Amino acid sequence: MPGHVAPRSTYLTIFATLMVLTGVTISVAFINLGGLNFPVALTIAVLKATLVVLFFMHLKDSSRLTKLIVGTGVFFLFVLFSLTLTDYLSRGWETFAR
Amino acid sequence: MWLFLVTEIMFFGGLFMAYLLYRVWYPEAWAEGSLELDVVLGGVNTVVLIGSSLTMALAVRAAQKGLPRATVNWLLATVSLGGVFLVIKGFEYAHKFHAHHVPGPNFVFEGPHAKQVEIFLSLYFAMTGLHALHMVIGFGLLSVIAWMAYRRRFSPEWYAPVEMAGLYWHFVDIVWIFLFPLLYLVDRAHQSS
Repeated sequence: MPGHVAPRSTYLTIFATLMVLTGVTISVAFINLGGLNFPVALTIAVLKATLVVLFFMHLKDSSRLTKLIVGTGVFFLFVLFSLTLTDYLSRGWETFAR
Repeated sequence: MWLFLVTEIMFFGGLFMAYLLYRVWYPEAWAEGSLELDVVLGGVNTVVLIGSSLTMALAVRAAQKGLPRATVNWLLATVSLGGVFLVIKGFEYAHKFHAHHVPGPNFVFEGPHAKQVEIFLSLYFAMTGLHALHMVIGFGLLSVIAWMAYRRRFSPEWYAPVEMAGLYWHFVDIVWIFLFPLLYLVDRAHQSS
């Protein structure tokens, strides 16, 4: 499977970006943003993971089938989270309806 | 390999689901528990592990270009950085044992939510432990790949094993990218102490 060889600078840039994002996520953790701390931390983590997947794991230059497989995995992870939380987070609601 | 990694997403996904649910139930305990973890050690480990992902990517690149010696060297660098990560993790675990913060009969925790903090720490050990186990498996994988590269088994036409081992290693890195903020950082700002 001879593929596209990315220049070394790409990897170094991605690494530097990941380091910056790590610094940001640590600093932000010490600032009280109320309910926003959790979403901000998660957003940064998703951003970092996306960079790793696209560039370190070469998904950017992979076939559509590979991309579809990865997308499926992420999709079902969301199904797991959302369906479970739909159940648990709505359990107290019926008392309000009465 | 990607298919295997998708099954791994669900494997870790279950634990993340448990984390999420208990976090919704016991937010105070989560804040207390995450304060018990060492941000400095966790942060250093994040840098170390992402660094090992960089060296892994460079090892794959060297294999693509048909440079066996560079491939071996980058692989050894990756294993070394992984070793540093596990040693630091070991110190963290040792500290937890010393402070009786390991869930079980000897668990001692001062605070109003001790029982729930115990759940947090159970998840901490389950998630980081499973992650560490994956790294140990990664050491085995990378050692075999490094040996094969040393024996000049790869070429720019055929380097798939290096690429596959790389995918595995990056996946383990991604799991840590999520574990670090979720376990060490989250709710830290909400504690005034």
